[in-house]
Amino acid sequence: MATTVHEQPKLKPSREPGKWQPDLGGGGRIPVPADGPMRSLKDFSEPPASTAMWVLIAAIVMSFAAFTSALVVRQGGAPDWRHLTLPPILFLNTVVILLSSVSLEITRRQIGIRMSARSVRSGKPALWLGATAFLGSLFIAGQYAAWLQLRAQGLYMSTSPNSSFFYLFTVLHALHVLGGMIGLLYVGVKLERMTLRRSTLTAMCRYWHFIGILWLYLLYILWARI
Amino acid sequence: MHDVHAPAAHHGPPTTFISKHVFSLDHKVIGKQYYAMALVAAFIGMFLSWAMRIHLAWTNAAIPGLQILSPNGAPGGVMTPEYYLQILTMHGTMMVFFVLTTAPFAAFGNYFLPIQVGAEDMPFPHFNMMSFWVTFVAFLTLCAAFFVPQGPPLSGWTAYAPLSAIGPVAGPGEGTGQILWAASIGLFCIGQLLGSLNFISTTLDLRAKGMSLMRLPLSAWAWFITSCIGLTAFAVLLPGCILLILDHVAGTSFFIPGGLVLNDQLQSAHSGGSTLLWQHLFWFFGHPEVYIAIVPAMGIVSHVLITNMRRPMLSHRALLYSMIAIGFLSYVVYGHHMFVSGMNPFSALVFSFPTLVITIPATIITLIWLGSLYGSQLRINSASLFALGFVSMFISGGISGFFLAQPSLDILLHATYFVVGHFHLVMGVAAMFGIYAGTYFWFPKMFGRMMNETWGKVHFWMSFVGAYCIFMPFHYLGIAANVRRYSAFVDDYLQPLIPVHKFITIAALFTGFAQMIFLFNFLHSLWFGEKASDNPWEGTSLEWSTKTPVPWNNFDTIPVVYHDPYQYGVESSTGDYVMQASPEQVKTLHDEA
Repeated sequence: MATTVHEQPKLKPSREPGKWQPDLGGGGRIPVPADGPMRSLKDFSEPPASTAMWVLIAAIVMSFAAFTSALVVRQGGAPDWRHLTLPPILFLNTVVILLSSVSLEITRRQIGIRMSARSVRSGKPALWLGATAFLGSLFIAGQYAAWLQLRAQGLYMSTSPNSSFFYLFTVLHALHVLGGMIGLLYVGVKLERMTLRRSTLTAMCRYWHFIGILWLYLLYILWARI
Repeated sequence: MHDVHAPAAHHGPPTTFISKHVFSLDHKVIGKQYYAMALVAAFIGMFLSWAMRIHLAWTNAAIPGLQILSPNGAPGGVMTPEYYLQILTMHGTMMVFFVLTTAPFAAFGNYFLPIQVGAEDMPFPHFNMMSFWVTFVAFLTLCAAFFVPQGPPLSGWTAYAPLSAIGPVAGPGEGTGQILWAASIGLFCIGQLLGSLNFISTTLDLRAKGMSLMRLPLSAWAWFITSCIGLTAFAVLLPGCILLILDHVAGTSFFIPGGLVLNDQLQSAHSGGSTLLWQHLFWFFGHPEVYIAIVPAMGIVSHVLITNMRRPMLSHRALLYSMIAIGFLSYVVYGHHMFVSGMNPFSALVFSFPTLVITIPATIITLIWLGSLYGSQLRINSASLFALGFVSMFISGGISGFFLAQPSLDILLHATYFVVGHFHLVMGVAAMFGIYAGTYFWFPKMFGRMMNETWGKVHFWMSFVGAYCIFMPFHYLGIAANVRRYSAFVDDYLQPLIPVHKFITIAALFTGFAQMIFLFNFLHSLWFGEKASDNPWEGTSLEWSTKTPVPWNNFDTIPVVYHDPYQYGVESSTGDYVMQASPEQVKTLHDEA
């Protein structure tokens, strides 16, 4: 019977000269000694809320990218594209939503100071959080006023592709702002109960700033294309 | 690795029947719920395919019970051509969304991803619960289409505009039925987005100590890759469904062009819409969807094969990187579904090239499977047989993909049964075999009992032979120019092919009967199967480290991971393998030589 010669485990030089370590390829044949190096071992990872928020933002970006490409395709070669004048209140709404981002940042700073236990009574984060929610409501009310203005001009969802896309973009964005306000409510409840996590607050702030930036993008699209 | 500030499970053990079995936050229960829903959907889909096959072979035959489902669509049990298309639509939708997406990805992924990474649960259990229930409502919404006056839509699972957007004038089911379809798929997208959110953050943030990314089992990697694909794909289909519904209910014209004449009626209410727009939005999702079905099956099959070969794959990393490459490439090939849609021919070239390129990682994966199997002493059981069957189906179905990737050939074959044979083998049957491999493999861990191996093998051989008897002749039919989507073959040139259709129908009934055997085995084993040990297959990954049945928080103590995922062929106190969570220091059998 022929003798089978087995290969010895391959070794590769480590970064330190003169010291050899086994090649720990994933799923490879070379076992990791129980007391051996624990690759990528670290005691901290991103909080899931942070990762999840990036994932959510990625999904929303993809959705609005799809809507934008729909607008571009629909506009190209269509004989029924009629530009409409944007209601001026949209620009006021833009200021409102940007201000809400500022007030949320102030909220975050004040909560941060409380969490660091420098001063439990410092600032009024609940007040600033409320201000943010108020500005969010004001933004939605402003959008509603814009819809009423278009309606007064006889421009409905089905009137033209421009009005269709206008309502589509603004309504969907307003729904995202509403979702953000539910998030603000959640943060407020957690804040009252003293159970708010820093990761939750960070994720919430990230979302709120994102819908502000999303609005700037949509406003540009509406202004340039519709 | 755990974030010390954020424990993995935010909920305690369930206390009531409702919180334990219905609105459960436990990822394992949610996984089982997904599996049960997929099982029901699979059998509905299968019965629909039986009805279609019987009608194709014996066009005037009455199918018992069909007239009850739809007195108008199937008077006396004989289906009308329109009702054939309605059943075809529901078969495709049911199978692609509620079976091939939910079973390998949502069901097994929910159950095993947190366990395989060493977590107590998903990071957002409420979102996870919502994910299932939204999907379940989507399933009910789709089923409701059977019971509205005009029945389900007839525009196919791809719902091509303008027929899908214009309303009842396009045919039976194109009113309410089509709206229900779009609402169902939109809800399904939301459900899967919530699921992807949990899968991604579980994999990235909740891994146990020592579980580096490269130490994740291939199945966990597959679910992670799939959730990344799903995140972007479903986020694009959802806008498509919203626009489709608006065309129906809000009088918009996103997809409906002007001057459209349907059934001698000018559709004057609409103008300027783009029919190609729907196809772009749909196929940007639709092609990645193929990989949403097949990548988890690839991961499951690799996991099952390695455990039964008792040695790792030839190259763990090459297989993994190839799966990732497939994930990336899946977005840039979608246009190959639209070669005959009137796109610019240069666009066809642009999409044809990456379509051929994507065969490279697919081939690498296949060669790794075959090379690893070569010379291995594979343990033959139902799970490993189905895993082998998957490889076989993937190759058989994949080879015809080479032909279809070329626009010049696809133009001829696109509307024929060649394409039907191709996608059923490579996506449908292959993914189903992956689901079965996973079922036989993980059933002991999920339900605490073993499935009957004899009946499992009978199920495999009947399904394997039956599936080839159904889908291989489809290629022949396609080359003979047998058009698809026809409900009856009355043209002279199609008449000689009817015996082939009869053979296929008999094979379909035979294969369907095999699935009844599976169902019986499944249900019987739930209550009467032999009790399973904690690690019946002598596996190494973390799901085999924990007890059977798995406790509500998965592990009595959170494991620490010391080893790569597939340490077989070693000498240890347990045998020829060492578990990931075992601190035992071992050496390979090769060291002995």
